[in-house]
Amino acid sequence: MLEGIPTRYDERLIVGYDTSDDASVYVLNEELALVQTVDFFPPIVDDPFLFGQIAAANALSDVYAMGGEAKLAMNVMCINSQMGQEVVRAILQGGYDKAYEAGVLITGGHTIEDKEPKYGLSVTGFVHPRKLLRNSSAKEGDVLLLTKPLGVGILMTAARGDLVDEALLRTLYSEMAQLNKTARDMMVRYDVHGCTDVTGFGLLGHALEMARGSGLTLHLESEHIPYHAEACDMAEMGFVPAGAYRNRAYTQDDVVIREGTRQGLMDILYDPQTSGGLLIAVSEDVAPQLAAELQQVISCAEIIGYVTRREEKALIVE
Amino acid sequence: MMLDARGYSCPEPVIMLKKAMESPETEYEMMVDNRASLENVTRFAKHNGYEVEAKQKGDDYALRIFRK
Repeated sequence: MLEGIPTRYDERLIVGYDTSDDASVYVLNEELALVQTVDFFPPIVDDPFLFGQIAAANALSDVYAMGGEAKLAMNVMCINSQMGQEVVRAILQGGYDKAYEAGVLITGGHTIEDKEPKYGLSVTGFVHPRKLLRNSSAKEGDVLLLTKPLGVGILMTAARGDLVDEALLRTLYSEMAQLNKTARDMMVRYDVHGCTDVTGFGLLGHALEMARGSGLTLHLESEHIPYHAEACDMAEMGFVPAGAYRNRAYTQDDVVIREGTRQGLMDILYDPQTSGGLLIAVSEDVAPQLAAELQQVISCAEIIGYVTRREEKALIVE
Repeated sequence: MMLDARGYSCPEPVIMLKKAMESPETEYEMMVDNRASLENVTRFAKHNGYEVEAKQKGDDYALRIFRK
């Protein structure tokens, strides 16, 4: 996309546009690097407060996926003339609610008029340059952890056809609004080598970036991957978001999926997630302890696979 | 029954077919304009016991959805 456009080189920019990572990282001094990211999107739920919460949790997640601590944020917002003041306020209130929970200061922002409303945050955080967690630094022998169940994209698609019950919807809402901060705060105390958050490219898309970036093969054990069982049925009924098909087309040449895997489960592996969990590559010897500690504080933390030297394909679903 | 779902993205084409299937009709002609809709509509129809024949027409797909 940026080919042919002049850009400046700066050796302090240690993570930039070129490595498809979650955020950019700029070294300030030996002990401190700046982490910057922005994300915003149109409403995915009807409740404006909840939308604000989810959009904020999603934007903050990119800093956590780098192992960083989010500190400052700015609102990025599009509104239209049909939206009442109270709706705009409720979206912002949702964003501020998550920022407050995360210990992040919202220092301002910018709003423009657009037909379709949108909300998100530009986020600034900090990380120690040597404790930075790239998506491309998994190591051979690492174990993979996932901190939220998959299937949100499929289920939100099915919800538009009134096929998802209230109780499950409430669970999905709370998962999407859940900050990845808790998982980040815990994982940085362990020997973690690489991390990314699972969002628009689905588990396999983000895992592929980790595998290719690290020059290794990621093995995913399908019986251990956490997902909402209802998403399997809904996918097989035809409620698969277009993004999942795009992810499949982009990923499938470098992926082997065990024969006999249910169609719905394959769709779940490609399903784009909104505000998904962290995919963590951690030393095998401490992985069970990290998983157990995470399970004390968040509802999902599963060991879903392991990392080997590069094999013929970058991803193997077993 | 003819259903034109061109210009609609998922899940709208599936929802259109779902609503149409509430009628006593047993055969539907449907137009979609993207592969995701083609695949999703085909899945939905088969899941509900229908057969599907799909033909590409330029950038669009024409589906015949019928009971055997």
